[in-house]
Amino acid sequence: MSNEIIQTQDLHFSYTTVEGTAPTVLNGVDIAIEEGSFVAILGHNGSGKSTLAKHMNAILLPSGGTVYVDGMDTAEEEKLLNIRRTVGMVFQNPDNQIVANVVEEDVAFAPENLGVPPAEIRQRVDDALKAVGMYEFREHAPHLLSGGQKQRIAIAGVIAMQPRCIVLDEPTAMLDPIGRSDVLRTIKTLNRERGVTAVLITHHMDEAAQADRLIVMAKGKVVADGAPKEVFSRVEELKAVGLTVPHTTQLLWELRQEGCDVPLDALSDEECAHALYTLLKQ
Amino acid sequence: MEAIIETKQLSHIYSAGTPFERGALLDVDFTAYKGEYLGIIGHTGSGKSTLIQHLNGLLKPTSGQVLFQGEDIWSDPKLTRLTRFQVGLVFQYPEYQLFEETVYKDIAFGPRNMGLDEKEIDRRVREAAYFVGLRDDQLDKSPFELSGGQKRRVAIAGVIAMEPKVLILDEPTAGLDPVGVESILGNIRDYHQVHNATIILVSHSMEEVARTVDRLVVVNDGRIPFRGTPREVFQHGDELERMGLGVPQMTRVFHRLRAMGVDIDPSVYTIDQAKAVILSKLGKGAV
Repeated sequence: MSNEIIQTQDLHFSYTTVEGTAPTVLNGVDIAIEEGSFVAILGHNGSGKSTLAKHMNAILLPSGGTVYVDGMDTAEEEKLLNIRRTVGMVFQNPDNQIVANVVEEDVAFAPENLGVPPAEIRQRVDDALKAVGMYEFREHAPHLLSGGQKQRIAIAGVIAMQPRCIVLDEPTAMLDPIGRSDVLRTIKTLNRERGVTAVLITHHMDEAAQADRLIVMAKGKVVADGAPKEVFSRVEELKAVGLTVPHTTQLLWELRQEGCDVPLDALSDEECAHALYTLLKQ
Repeated sequence: MEAIIETKQLSHIYSAGTPFERGALLDVDFTAYKGEYLGIIGHTGSGKSTLIQHLNGLLKPTSGQVLFQGEDIWSDPKLTRLTRFQVGLVFQYPEYQLFEETVYKDIAFGPRNMGLDEKEIDRRVREAAYFVGLRDDQLDKSPFELSGGQKRRVAIAGVIAMEPKVLILDEPTAGLDPVGVESILGNIRDYHQVHNATIILVSHSMEEVARTVDRLVVVNDGRIPFRGTPREVFQHGDELERMGLGVPQMTRVFHRLRAMGVDIDPSVYTIDQAKAVILSKLGKGAV
């Protein structure tokens, strides 16, 4: 067995409507997500990225092709519980994911349903809340928290199931900059310190830039796959599929159009400043 | 420049007299000028939403005044009502507020409440739909059949159809992809230019305000610490950072360059400016 936690093979999907079959949303996707990695999936609205995410823990089942979660075929119904325990999912709107009136009860919801013994539930809840930096809010009412705090509670709820992989479908789309950076930091900590595989669906370039690997979707297909630096340097291709690149890359790309000798893979502020420094000192 | 909306020593206290009493705005003097494109930035809880809700009379000041075209909007109920039509407010995630059976009826709701005749309502609905890029055949659809981005357009059209002199939008691009962001910002700019309307754009994104607005107002802790052109406001980088706001990425890169000893103008905030400065340093092209 390889160390791929999620694998899709020639994955096709179309939503079924009353009139028949709607246009194809996923059109032959082959990806493999390595255990322990942090992968961002970028794409514009309607690119199929959320549909792909929903295949990663069998919320949707393929119309064609196969999805394996830790070697289990998601189409096999008896594997469903194990699949959902392996891959947890966090959605865009935190308000739709919180069920209880007290933070710690909300986080305990999933382990309770999994039949975990009470003493262990207590421990898992505390542990999950510490992991997302919300332990001191354990007795608060979720509806009085900020969006970013609520989203971290939702992540804690998933962590309490102790999944090996967590898929986040635009978790920061409804958050302000502080909430966004808190959630992103939480994802990175879970990945780096606990080895949880993280799959982040987003259309924020700056978030995608922080992943180890970046997959770009357009029209139901993977159009680019590689390290963020490498993918973002393909400026024309990204623009062609309706995406922008970080401002740093955009500036360097425009300078290149003017004949300046600058690298395109200087993503961070620091790298970009260095690239400009070198250019000016030439 | 002529002011269109002003607040004078505006204060708002939520739940006054209860243990939850919280001052949201404290002695705020705010001005929006006729025909300008103004940006308001502030993090969650800064008081910016409370401020904009005063501008069209949704909230009543605890103390202080709100003036529309020089008159206190609370001095006469007729004036309060008039202000609500003339100052259009598009809330965050306005797509959740659609309720009618068809897109057409939803957009017509505002103009109908204004007591306009059917012919004028029809003209306004079609024009507003055109502004936000909705096709004629979409007008008879249920708004709930549309995609998220299209629903947001319908909601914005519903406000535009009232032809407000001031259009306030609270995070109109939140959650949209880059193409959706560009298209909504383009619609707003069109309305601004065609109607010579005042636009007030509330945003979290420094990059977005940097390239759209003429003037910026920063709200923090219920006050306005900075106001001015983007160039002036972004000079307060460290303070903005402490307020949880920060500055555009280009500004950060140029500050670093300067710190590295390059003699360069650090007040750059858009890609175009950055490019022009670098090229002129290299002796290529004019600034």
